[in-house]
Amino acid sequence: MAVLTYRDALNQALREEMARDNRVFLMGEEVGVYQGAYKVSRGLLEEFGPMRVVDTPITELGFAGVGVGAAMVGLRPVIEFMTWNFALLAIDQIVNSAAKMLYMSNGQIPIPIVFRGPGGAALMLAAQHSQSFEAWYANVPGLKVVTPATPADAKGLLKSAIRDDNPVIFIEGEMLYNTKGEVPDGEHVIPLGVADVKHPGTDVTLVSYAKMVAVALKAAEELAKDGISAEVIDLRTLRPLDTATIVASVQKTNRCVVVEEGWPVAGFGAQIVDGIQRAAFDDLDAPVVRVTGADVPMPYNRHLEKLAKPDAAKVVAAARQVLYLPAE
Amino acid sequence: MTDTAAAAKKAPKDADALRKMLRDMLLIRRFEEKSGEAYALGKIGGFCHLYIGQEAVGVGTMAALRPDDYVLTSYREHGQALARGMSSRAVMAELYGKATGCSGGKGGSMHLFDVSKGFLGGHAIVGGHIPLVTGVAFAIKYREGDQVAVAFFGEAAVNNGAFHEALNMAALWRLPAIFICENNRYGMGTALERASAIYDVAQRACSYDMPAEVVDGMDVLAVRDAVARAAQRARDRYTPTLLEIRTYRFMGHSMSDPIHGHYRTKDEVDEMKARDPIHAFADKLRADGLLDDEHWQAMEADVTDEVEDALRFADESPEPGPEALTTDVYRD
Amino acid sequence: MATKIVMEALSPTMEEGRLVAWKKKEGDKVATGETLAEVETDKAVMELVARGDGVLRKIVLGEGATVPVGALVAIVGTADEDISGIAGGPTAPAAKSASRGLGIGDSGLGKKAAAPAPAPTRAATPIAPPPAPVAVVPQSPIPNPQSPSRIRSSPLARRMARDRGVDLTLITGSGPAGRVVKRDVETAGRTDAQMHGRTVAAIAAPALPDGGFRDEPLSAMRKTIARRLTQSIGPVPHFFLTTEIDMERAWEAREQLKGLGEAYQISFNDLVVKAVALALRQHPAVNAAFLEDRIRHYGDVHVGMAVAVEDGLITPVIRHADRKGLLEIAAESKVLAERAHARKLQPDEYTGATFTVSNLGMFDIEEFTAVINPPEAGILAVGRIAQRPVVVDGTVQARRTMRVTMSCDHRAVDGATGAAFLRTLKLMLENPLAMLL
Repeated sequence: MAVLTYRDALNQALREEMARDNRVFLMGEEVGVYQGAYKVSRGLLEEFGPMRVVDTPITELGFAGVGVGAAMVGLRPVIEFMTWNFALLAIDQIVNSAAKMLYMSNGQIPIPIVFRGPGGAALMLAAQHSQSFEAWYANVPGLKVVTPATPADAKGLLKSAIRDDNPVIFIEGEMLYNTKGEVPDGEHVIPLGVADVKHPGTDVTLVSYAKMVAVALKAAEELAKDGISAEVIDLRTLRPLDTATIVASVQKTNRCVVVEEGWPVAGFGAQIVDGIQRAAFDDLDAPVVRVTGADVPMPYNRHLEKLAKPDAAKVVAAARQVLYLPAE
Repeated sequence: MTDTAAAAKKAPKDADALRKMLRDMLLIRRFEEKSGEAYALGKIGGFCHLYIGQEAVGVGTMAALRPDDYVLTSYREHGQALARGMSSRAVMAELYGKATGCSGGKGGSMHLFDVSKGFLGGHAIVGGHIPLVTGVAFAIKYREGDQVAVAFFGEAAVNNGAFHEALNMAALWRLPAIFICENNRYGMGTALERASAIYDVAQRACSYDMPAEVVDGMDVLAVRDAVARAAQRARDRYTPTLLEIRTYRFMGHSMSDPIHGHYRTKDEVDEMKARDPIHAFADKLRADGLLDDEHWQAMEADVTDEVEDALRFADESPEPGPEALTTDVYRD
Repeated sequence: MATKIVMEALSPTMEEGRLVAWKKKEGDKVATGETLAEVETDKAVMELVARGDGVLRKIVLGEGATVPVGALVAIVGTADEDISGIAGGPTAPAAKSASRGLGIGDSGLGKKAAAPAPAPTRAATPIAPPPAPVAVVPQSPIPNPQSPSRIRSSPLARRMARDRGVDLTLITGSGPAGRVVKRDVETAGRTDAQMHGRTVAAIAAPALPDGGFRDEPLSAMRKTIARRLTQSIGPVPHFFLTTEIDMERAWEAREQLKGLGEAYQISFNDLVVKAVALALRQHPAVNAAFLEDRIRHYGDVHVGMAVAVEDGLITPVIRHADRKGLLEIAAESKVLAERAHARKLQPDEYTGATFTVSNLGMFDIEEFTAVINPPEAGILAVGRIAQRPVVVDGTVQARRTMRVTMSCDHRAVDGATGAAFLRTLKLMLENPLAMLL
């Protein structure tokens, strides 16, 4: 097993899928000559040529639409948004074209497209560059939403996303690109819609995804020092959601904390909580608590930014709350 | 030999093709008139945008395209769908929302699809489908094909960001696309001169260094020939074209909008009706000896039958069952 | 428009109420949720709260009077409206409101809620003779302050209670606002099991690290009980529970051990200390202390042994008595007793007990009542083991028995709780092998 960065894992996935199927192409800003704004597409232009690695003008709406159009006639585009903040400009194409084409055409026109890029906050990038929109896309029938947290998951899930015949929203993270992890050799494909127990436990369930998985794992470490065994679930795919894994865990632990980076109101965690209370009501010993980003635009100042983000201490406090333990 | 006779001995293929074009326009006209009636009777719901007055644009365009070309259009699409060869039964049934409609009753007036005819919808966000056409053209070039991808849109779409982005990329990457602007002068209730800093749509092509033409949309042959030129340019040289086809709709923007009133005068409408493309073309064919009264009446009766048949078919077709609610959200 | 204030059903079984004290006078402004009066019900003293804003125009029922539920007690209205048509005659009884605790909370979302916790202590007002402390009669356990139709409990706790056949209304919740949660049902379930004489399963106490404890805020009911009973019996309201324990098997066990040699000698007191320690583990509510505004539940079990010394009494502590074997307890108690007599005990050796055992059996005392060492919640007074006539299967036999009397601080421990503890203690001493489980 090799140890790869998250970015290199993605690079491998793209390379392998483009080699495997010549309908797959990559399009976006700076993906070619610049080698990728975050270097995810390093070397791909040289290997596959300018028809398959296409640099675009700054036209998110336009090139998202180009991707959908190409998919309508059978190509398999991977459209890169430099960040998901900019995809707001393209959301009409994602929602009104990509998500709905199959349904409106009565099954005639599938859209096998992947929209990918980093989402959520990085460091001190301020209000317009730090947003988490996974809930917006997860809300739309016709889309799939994937949020890998580790290099192995990034590779395996991107390969699946590219092979999927549906439009997939693939949300990475600037702060994840440099993280390292073991990635299995050979053909490594992870099915969409399957969550992963990243750390088994018995006393409380911590549900999380994307960058927050690391936060949850850190909280689990802290809780272990007090003799509390936390189970950390990494959802990996938000839509379709693996409710079964979450429910099985809650049935075991009887209590749950959901950790998400985005804003609290109608955030994706609310959907998770709804699923738990519907499926595991009689197994709950306490209400499900969410730890989310603060309900504010992201401030620039580094200390304010820290306050705005979830951290392990907040997760530990939430876990203690659902365990009916006094705050430390 | 009389002129008529001599003309009748001209390329019979051409004559058939021309008469087909006339018939197609007439079919569209009658179909749309009946759709309007059906809408008023509550058999068609939602929005219904009629093509009456613009028949020459759809028919002329399709006459210049191949079966393996692709067409994407906006919501004023019944005429274009019929011109492309989709069955009037399938289209009417879709307007009625029936399971036998070309989109299974799940698309409606604004979302007609038939992949077998290269008719890729039916899109309801103004300008939203134009980048899709650039994408289809991209795929054609990617595969080194010689098909063309055609976008129909109204003049109100040309101020839209999507239009600009799509045309820029089509020209930048040299893609086989034809952007057909059906300039009927009014975006719903707003005249073009009130919405646009530049009135001549074709002028915008110079922003993209793209070939462009202004075409008389009431003349079906002019349309056909312009589209044929653009198609050749696309097939031979992977070069896109912007066609501004000046036309006029005789009805309101949709069934819910007035034909005239605050935004245009009755006189103007009547004046344009005098330039009805169907009558103009029928007159031309008569003059060329390719059409006589018998033909014309047979054509009218035939079209009337076809539309009546479509109405009956739509009326008698079943509704989609409740299970259709959740099919085709995802492709498994 | 004036409102009639009537005697409300403040407990599910209440039929009449005695007006103990008015907290407002005629002419006072009242606001929704404010306490109007204290009313004594069949269970406890409750608060009658204002359900609207206005002025207390007329007090109809005087202090000390008892009326049926529904009777008119006062009128609230605007300062100057005419209320002459209203006074007089009972109105229809107020609907038995669900969830009426001692001012605790409420009947559900969105309604004008009853007052939250009652206003803290007011000037003492004359009260009629209080019920005897054994108002909390062991046979009729104190129900949960919330009525059965509106118990606050987690869904899991409800399910567990149902599955185990434990009555949810008998469990005091340790969650927020008295919510009954999983650990409460687990504890109660064990109590219930003992009452039915089932074998005692090993118990995992809530994980509290060494030296740790869990503070439980006082519910309004606890506060009121504390206030009233303190007024009757002095600072620590004691009540006493006596039981007679058959010590035959314990006697045999000790004889068996004696037969193994000097090294296996233990005293009966050692057995009692061990049994008490194990019983405290199973009844954490007794392993507690009343601390003015909260009840402290200790995580550890440290049993104090009362030792009479010249001119006094001192209580060395066997720490973690639940974890120590009998021999260890025996050795330690011997050493501690010697040090006690020699006045050599250090403070850390005689403080920190969570419960105390006092044994006067060696003085031939049959039974006695001991005084609690504050702030502990209880103390066990142990009398002598003697052969006494006992009826077994209809015949009189001579059996060695021992009478123990447990004093409980009523502010922290109620009759049922104390009784359950004693039951466990009895079970263990009568079946010494159970102490090995």
